[in-house]
Amino acid sequence: MRARTRSSRRVVVLATVATMGAGLLAGCADDGGGKASDDSSSGGGKGKTTITMGLFGTMGFKEAGLYTEYEKLNPNIKIAENVIERNENYYPALVNHLTTNSGLQDVQAVEVANIAEVTATQGAKLQDMSKVSGVNKSNWLDWKWSQATTKDSKTVALGTDVGPMALCYRTDLFQQAGLPTDPTEVGKLWAGDWNKFITVGEQYKKKAPKGTFFMDSPGGLLNAVLSSEKEKFYDSSGEVIYKSNPAVKAAFDLTGKAAEQGLVQAQTQFQPAWDTTIANSKFATIACPPWMLGTLKGKSKPDSLGKWAVAVAPKSGNWGGSFLAVPSSGKNVKEAEKLVAWLTAPEQQAKLFKVQGSFPSTPSAYTMPEVTGAKNEMTGDLNIGTIFAEAAKAAPVQVIGAKDQIIQQGLTDNGVILVTKGKSLEEAWNTATKTIDNNLDK
Amino acid sequence: MATHDTAAPPTKEGGAAPGRPPADPTGAERRRARLSRRWQRDMRWSPYAFVSPFFLLFLAFGLFPLIYTGWASLHQVEMTAPTDMEWVGLRNYTRIFDDDFFWNAAKNTLTIGIISTVPQLLMAMGLAHILNYKLRGSTFYRVMMLAPYATSIAAASLVFVLLFGRDYGMINWALDFVGIDPVDWQSDKWPSQFAVSTIVIWRWTGYNALIYLAAMQAIPQDLYESAALDGASRWKQFLHVTLPSLRPTILFTVVVSTIGATQVFGEPLLFDANKGASGGSEHQFQTLGLYLYEQGWVNQHLGRASAIAWTMFLILIVVGIVNYVISRRLRASS
Repeated sequence: MRARTRSSRRVVVLATVATMGAGLLAGCADDGGGKASDDSSSGGGKGKTTITMGLFGTMGFKEAGLYTEYEKLNPNIKIAENVIERNENYYPALVNHLTTNSGLQDVQAVEVANIAEVTATQGAKLQDMSKVSGVNKSNWLDWKWSQATTKDSKTVALGTDVGPMALCYRTDLFQQAGLPTDPTEVGKLWAGDWNKFITVGEQYKKKAPKGTFFMDSPGGLLNAVLSSEKEKFYDSSGEVIYKSNPAVKAAFDLTGKAAEQGLVQAQTQFQPAWDTTIANSKFATIACPPWMLGTLKGKSKPDSLGKWAVAVAPKSGNWGGSFLAVPSSGKNVKEAEKLVAWLTAPEQQAKLFKVQGSFPSTPSAYTMPEVTGAKNEMTGDLNIGTIFAEAAKAAPVQVIGAKDQIIQQGLTDNGVILVTKGKSLEEAWNTATKTIDNNLDK
Repeated sequence: MATHDTAAPPTKEGGAAPGRPPADPTGAERRRARLSRRWQRDMRWSPYAFVSPFFLLFLAFGLFPLIYTGWASLHQVEMTAPTDMEWVGLRNYTRIFDDDFFWNAAKNTLTIGIISTVPQLLMAMGLAHILNYKLRGSTFYRVMMLAPYATSIAAASLVFVLLFGRDYGMINWALDFVGIDPVDWQSDKWPSQFAVSTIVIWRWTGYNALIYLAAMQAIPQDLYESAALDGASRWKQFLHVTLPSLRPTILFTVVVSTIGATQVFGEPLLFDANKGASGGSEHQFQTLGLYLYEQGWVNQHLGRASAIAWTMFLILIVVGIVNYVISRRLRASS
């Protein structure tokens, strides 16, 4: 009897060990096929194909009702999205999934800051979207299309939205400082030259309402100036030139001087303290793609509704925007391609703009009523759609590089911000370049 | 019980042992022998089966990554193509010698380690001593002590970031009341290190206090009684009874805190006003763990990050040996 108990106990133990071992192996196993498992095996069960979308932040397809619309048009399709809040968390995971070919969704979103790296290093693992039926290169802004196109002209992702950059300003603060408030007149003040923008800042400062600054942050100004350049950190052959490019040094110096003069707040964008300065109406201007109006609205107190206006920037640029790519290893590649082509078509982009404020990357949408009639609570009666459309068309075809984000972050967070804290311009530049060079060194 | 029945019919394998002693072993006996052999095997191998899950897990998630990291550290590898490794020998290690950022991070790790560990252990000792008295609702206090430990680093750090804010933080607001100028907690070197250490101290003091408390309660009461009879004051009792008895426990907490201090990561990561991994604009509170993360996951240089990881590992071994030597000295001297 004793022996039997023992052996049966041993069976239990062995079973436990085996189960745990199996669990371990399962844990290591490829989970690429696991996504949305049951329905995705097309033709099985209900006969529906589930297309999974890997997104970050709030891209708004669902909010704009586009999934429901597509599912109605294609009754055999079901769309599921898998959203990660922050791109900093989303992107490393995406790279890992692409390099290991596992864990990928049928459609993956890519932010413009990462598109150069994805295009250059992961292009082979993504579908060529230019060959999908219904996709027409001429629909998109040239620069948007070329950002996701490899050297051997394979387009690995289609543009969703862009961030044509204008300048938003507080009409009440401008008035108190004795500056014009009409968007056209304000635009004329600094047309064509960022130095003129600084001059306006100096004028503002002379009669500025107490405790307010001309602009929100050094990072915002540096970014705005750099976005309007044709070349910033890389040249067209893909070489890193940020240190020798006079445009970059000029932008850095301009921002640094603005910081020395106290024209910009000593703040870092999108940090809680910066948010508070929006709520407390502490600054008069901010570089402003359409989505920034949403940020302003989210952080403002109700009394600043309608007090903002939008003027054309000294030089137009682009800030933000995303792409949709289809990994070749997916289960529903063909269906996913069709969905992406549909989602990025001008009509859908216009609908997305209306609901989400994501500005279309397809110029034909700019004449659609959703854009031409666009108004925003922050800017009252101002017709903002046309101003942003102008900016989108005027933005340069900028050379973007794989490590743009690291370089710009270095120039901002380890650079110009230091000037606001009392360091000299030269010290700030040296700290920034030393950090960046170390970060770029493989 | 099986009877000794000689008339039992031979079993199938009955002829297997012809030369056996006269009494042919019965089936029952054979079964018993078999069971006994099994029992022996069971005794010998079952313990291994019992411990194997740990070792399998350790092999997969501990040893293999450790060795693979060592292998990767000898290569130039980028996260965008982790299988594309280019052999560079010890270059990733030799460059650490003149990598200012590494040594800056090492210094910060040391200073943050000291600023956080020393007050933390002293405070833990004091708290444990107080809790060791008979108090009303002592369980409540003990649970409260452990509450910070049960809070996630992220949640705690985010709250501390708000408290330590330059423009709208509660601490600067309070300082303003007593007439002290606001401190830029994030961009100045010592204030930022102090602030990061505060998060660590807040989180770990209660944990260490509970460990001390447990050790204190194991000290026999008669030691205190006899000390009291000899006229020792409370303070003398603490110095001459409590502290010597706690020596092994103190060593344990010092070792654990030292290891923890070399690995400080989450607090400085989340304390950064730029939400980057550079530990402040001038790397003023970047720790080794954070630098490793920045190289590997932000800059995507897996080879460099692996070399930093291994260097940290070696530093930890050295710290461990120093700890061991000191503790042996202390034990020998007592």
